[in-house]
Formats: sequence, structure tokens, C-alpha cells
Amino acid sequence: MTVTPELKDTSPEKLLAPVLSAFWDEDRSWSMDVYRRHEGYEGLRKALAMSPDDVIAYVKDSGLRGRGGAGFPTGMKWQFIPQGDGKPHYLVVNADESEPGTCKDIPLLFANPHSLIEGMVIACYAIRSSHAFIYLRGEVVPVLRRLHEAVREAYAAGYLGENILGSGLNLHLTVHAGAGAYICGEETALLDSLEGRRGQPRLRPPFPAVEGLYACPTVVNNVESIASVPAILKNGKDWFRSMGSEKSPGFTLYSLSGHVATPGQYEAPLGITLRQLLDMSGGMRSGHRLKFWTPGGSSTPMFTDEHLDVPLDYEGVGAAGSMLGTKALQCFDETTCVVRAVTRWTEFYAHESCGKCTPCREGTYWLVQLLRDIEAGKGTMSDLDKLADIADNINGKSFCALGDGAASPIFSSLKYFRGEYEQHITGRGCPFDPAKSTAWADRPEVNA
Amino acid sequence: MTTSSSERGVSLGMPELPAPAYPDDVRARLEADARDVIARYPDSRSALLPLLHLVQSEEGHVTRTGMRFCADMLDLTTAEVTAVATFYTMYRRRPSGDYQVGVCTNTLCAVMGGDAIFETLQEHLGVGNGETTDDGKVTLEHIECNAACDFAPVVMVNWEFFDNQTPGSAKHLVDDLRAGRPVQPTRGARLCTFKETARMLAGFPDERPGAVEEGGSAGPASLVGLRLARGEAAPARVVHPRAQEPQDTPSAGQAEEEGE
Repeated sequence: MTVTPELKDTSPEKLLAPVLSAFWDEDRSWSMDVYRRHEGYEGLRKALAMSPDDVIAYVKDSGLRGRGGAGFPTGMKWQFIPQGDGKPHYLVVNADESEPGTCKDIPLLFANPHSLIEGMVIACYAIRSSHAFIYLRGEVVPVLRRLHEAVREAYAAGYLGENILGSGLNLHLTVHAGAGAYICGEETALLDSLEGRRGQPRLRPPFPAVEGLYACPTVVNNVESIASVPAILKNGKDWFRSMGSEKSPGFTLYSLSGHVATPGQYEAPLGITLRQLLDMSGGMRSGHRLKFWTPGGSSTPMFTDEHLDVPLDYEGVGAAGSMLGTKALQCFDETTCVVRAVTRWTEFYAHESCGKCTPCREGTYWLVQLLRDIEAGKGTMSDLDKLADIADNINGKSFCALGDGAASPIFSSLKYFRGEYEQHITGRGCPFDPAKSTAWADRPEVNA
Repeated sequence: MTTSSSERGVSLGMPELPAPAYPDDVRARLEADARDVIARYPDSRSALLPLLHLVQSEEGHVTRTGMRFCADMLDLTTAEVTAVATFYTMYRRRPSGDYQVGVCTNTLCAVMGGDAIFETLQEHLGVGNGETTDDGKVTLEHIECNAACDFAPVVMVNWEFFDNQTPGSAKHLVDDLRAGRPVQPTRGARLCTFKETARMLAGFPDERPGAVEEGGSAGPASLVGLRLARGEAAPARVVHPRAQEPQDTPSAGQAEEEGE
């Protein structure tokens, strides 16, 4: 449905569209000089020549949707901020990239941090905020180092601070490092964490747009969403809408990983398919076949080789029974045990459950017990129904989306690979050899 | 039920005495830093996570003294600070090594070899998860997804990236760390100690000349899409130089393998 004529052409030059990644291979791509050489901060100049309300309308008209997983329209989030309420407004950028498989914001911030800072200045002008935060997960010191430097450069050049470019806009930007908690990627848990508390999600309503950070109106946006804004202002919303589909316009970063010949970042218009990405990049590793994959991280229901032609946009992936999520395309070949994969993801959710609500805290614990037994060949057939039942008691019944995410791999793997679970039970053990799945399995010279 | 309370490490007698304070000179220095941190936020409590990183940079882990210091600075109770410090995995609660070696064992890295690397290192170092070698150099941990799946399997040392590892390269890595030989991450700057890393996490920029630009603009996997879009061939699969094995270069013509 979203396959445009250009997308039928299989050449990467036609299929890919590097925008945010366009100059990552240049020396010092992360610096202010290189960013400005690529028309950096030109989008900001255009924005400052408009009224704040017009900037919000422009971003809304561009159709930009959140790149952090849920796909909520970015401009609409900005519009929800009540104006003239006399309270401070805040912008908080969610750079807590921790969803298993997701690896787009970290390389983006490492190679091109100024795209985020420029986007933040534009967003703060639009929502009338004078203090913005980047909540970066703590475990990525190389990125923290470059963010510190980029913010220092932006202050020195007058893009942050008082009276930015003579517009009267004052903006302070604080880089805040987290301390290791997946749950802080959930926007309300992130706000609690930024207020110096345990990262636990809040009841909504009130939504952050009304009562967010310090109970003031707050926009929480993903890194890639905000970093995409300067290019939209600079090149125009029609340019943005010329890519992707009517409901999923624009470009985005797809992260290919796992048993593929060429893992990495591929920036393309929304709606490209996994088959197209694999065709251009050398396919799966030599001699192997795709078995299962996630379209957007471990929290999105898995797909199989039946889904190679699903357009990777919000509607396409949704119609096929999953979610576009973070576009983390983790590909596993036929050497991989799906029970092992799902057990490990479930252990992750159990470890990262914040403990606030019972379905998630207790449910993920029991899922792990059952899955470990099944993987070790100690399960019974009735355990499979019990797994599905517990997952059903978490899904939609937990306090936040972490619980739903924990249920996704269970449901989807039972749907596509129930036979493999049964094989573990009837065969009293795992039929797979983990050594065959390793990156060096087909390279015997590696001393494993 | 047969162990006594004292054997379980629980004292039913006198409550624990308040934590000792930092020596005056240390406290004065940390207070100046803490005021710097607090000034970045509209509400002082927001400074708690950075201040916990700061006290960790002083002692290598978060001590009762450190938590008392945070409580004093932010006008919180030590119970409030403890509740936060114990929630987040990056705060260590006991003394640990100069180098924290974290092996990603979340699904993708585990399958790609992270499990094998973690097993190899446990055996090689003779320590289990969360334990430190006798020389106090290396603390081994398994970690969750660190947002570098296109470089799997990934090992982090003091939260710097060591991409595309093998059991052999990881063994070399920890041997070098223990012997004090210089070690270069695959992306990012020269390694510093765990304490120096914690200071950066508290919000104090890396002052070492050239540190920001070290490691180049982007890792090789980050550039594959860009190169293809320009009509260049996909780059060779990158293997960490420590692995010292021939590079496995995917040739064109493997495209038909993807599951038809």
C-alpha cells in the first residue's frame, strides 16, 4: 500500500535517503563547524522568523511522528502545551535508548549531536520553554562526552543562552545522565527519575503536557523525532512529505542487526521493507536463512520470513500484527533457538520491572520460571497454556507499557513457533547448538 | 530458619550509627562540585542522580558516607537517598575494580556470542558475575542491551564500547587491563578509570586534550547505509583488531539467502 514507484527500483541510491546520517563519515562530523557547513542551524533561523504557533502548525503539517516507539504526531504533542498559563514549560528529550535491539539514537548523538540541539532550540521556541533537558542513559560515556562538547559549542556560538540569535529567546540546556534503568525510557518514569526519584511510571491523566516535570507542562520527545525537525524546517514540509506515505511521511533510521551480512544503520523513507534492506546489504550471513525478526525492538511482536514484504511504516507493521516501534530490525537465522531468545528477553523484563504494579512484577517473575524450565527440557505441555495465560494477565493490565512489551515476545513466539516449544518439552531439552549461532560460527579460525 | 540473626548479618541490637562524614578537605571539594551540579536544575532534588555519580567518583562505589553527603546537600533523609541509590544498577554498593567489564548478554548479543564470551571470561578470570579479580583491577558483570546491536557481540569497559568481540579478543582485553597495558575502545576515547568515568556522569566534561574527537566520527556499522546510498559497496565486516583473524568480507551475491 505504501510502495511507491521509486521503491520498486532496487538500487540503494533510490531506496535510501540519508538525512541525519548524511555526513557521519566526515572528519569531526560531530562538531559545530562541520554541522554548519551542512547548513546546520539554518532550520532554526527559519523557525525564528515565524511565530511560535506557526512553527507548531508547520511541524504538525509535516506529519512527523514520534520515532521512539509509539508514533504519536510530534506537532500535536507540542500543541497540547497550554499557552499563557503563567507556568514554566519544559522540553525533555528521551535519550534513554535501552529497548533491546535499538541502536539508532546512540550513533546519531555520537556522530551528529548538533541536529538534536538545533531541534531542541526550535521546539523550545515553539512551546515557549526556557529550560530543556537531555536525559541520556548513563551507560554510553562516548556519547555523553560529545553531548557535553556540543552543548558547550552551542552556548559559545549563541544558539543557547540569552537572546538566541537576537530573537529574545532564552534557553538553557542541561545534559542529565541516567544511572541504569530501562523503565526510565517510559516517559513518566523518566520524569520521576529526572526529579531525583526512583524511576517509576505515573498514573495518567494528568498527562505530561499538563503536569509533567515539576508538575509543569512538559513535552517529552525521542532524540530522532527532535533531530528530524531542523531538516523539515530547512527543506520544507513538502520535501518531507515527498518521502514515505500519507500517514507515515518522512525518513527514518532503520537498524539492522543479528545474523545479517551487513549490520548497521540504514536511513530510508518510511515504508521500505526488510526484503529491500537485505537485498541491498548482502542478505543474511552466507548459507543461512532468516527465521524470525523484530520490527522495532523486543517489545514488538516478532515476525518471520512471511513478513519480508511488510512495509516498515506505522500502518504497514500495525496491519501485520506488530508495531514499528524503534525500527530495530533484529534478524535471527535458523540456528537460533526461539525459546532461548524469548527466555532471555523475558529475563530482561523481569530484571527491569520497576515493581510498582503486581501484574508486571509477579507476572514477569513467573514467566521466567516457566521459560527456564521449558528451555531446560523440564516443562510440560500445560506450561505453554500457562505461559499464554500469564502473558494475557500482564498485557493491558499492567501500569505501563513495559508489561505489554514483556507479553509481546511470548504471544508472538507461541503463535509462530509453538512446535518448537513442544519440541523442547517432548525432547526433554533444547535441540539447538548455541555455538552455531555465534558471529564466529562459520569462521573456525576464531579461538572460541 | 536455623541460622541466627547475627549469622544472617542482621543486628537486632543497637541501630546502626550514622555514617561517618567525609574528611573536611574532601567535603569542601565535593561541596563545591555539588553546588555546581545543583545550580543546573530548577529543583535541587533533580541533582540527586548526578550527586550519586559524584560520590561514586570519590570512592569507587556509593558508600553510606556518600549517601549522607547527598542527603545533606539536598535536604533529604538518608532513607530517601538510599531508596534512589538502590534502584539504579549503575550505582555500586561495594568496592569494585578499576575497570568494570560488562558483557552484553541480552538476547541478540548473547546469541551472537555474548554468552560464550561471558563464560570464557568467568573461567579466565576466576570470578563470577559482579565479582572482582584479586588484584582489584577488573570487575566482571553481564549487562543488558547497550544500544550497539549492529556491533554485536559487545563488551563495555567503564561504559566505553568494545565492539565485535570474540572470546579470544575479550581475553586479551582483560589481560591488557590487568597488566596496565594501554587499551583503546573501538569507538570513543582512551579509557579512564571507573572513578573518572563517574565524574563525567556527574556532568563534568572530559578535560583530557583530544578526548572528544578520539575514535573518529562514527563506527563502521553506522556508515553502511550511507555508503550504499552513495553507490559505494558495503564495507567489510569489521572485526576488532585484537581478534587477529582474517576479516570475513561479505561478497556480493549473498543476497538470495534471506529466507525464500
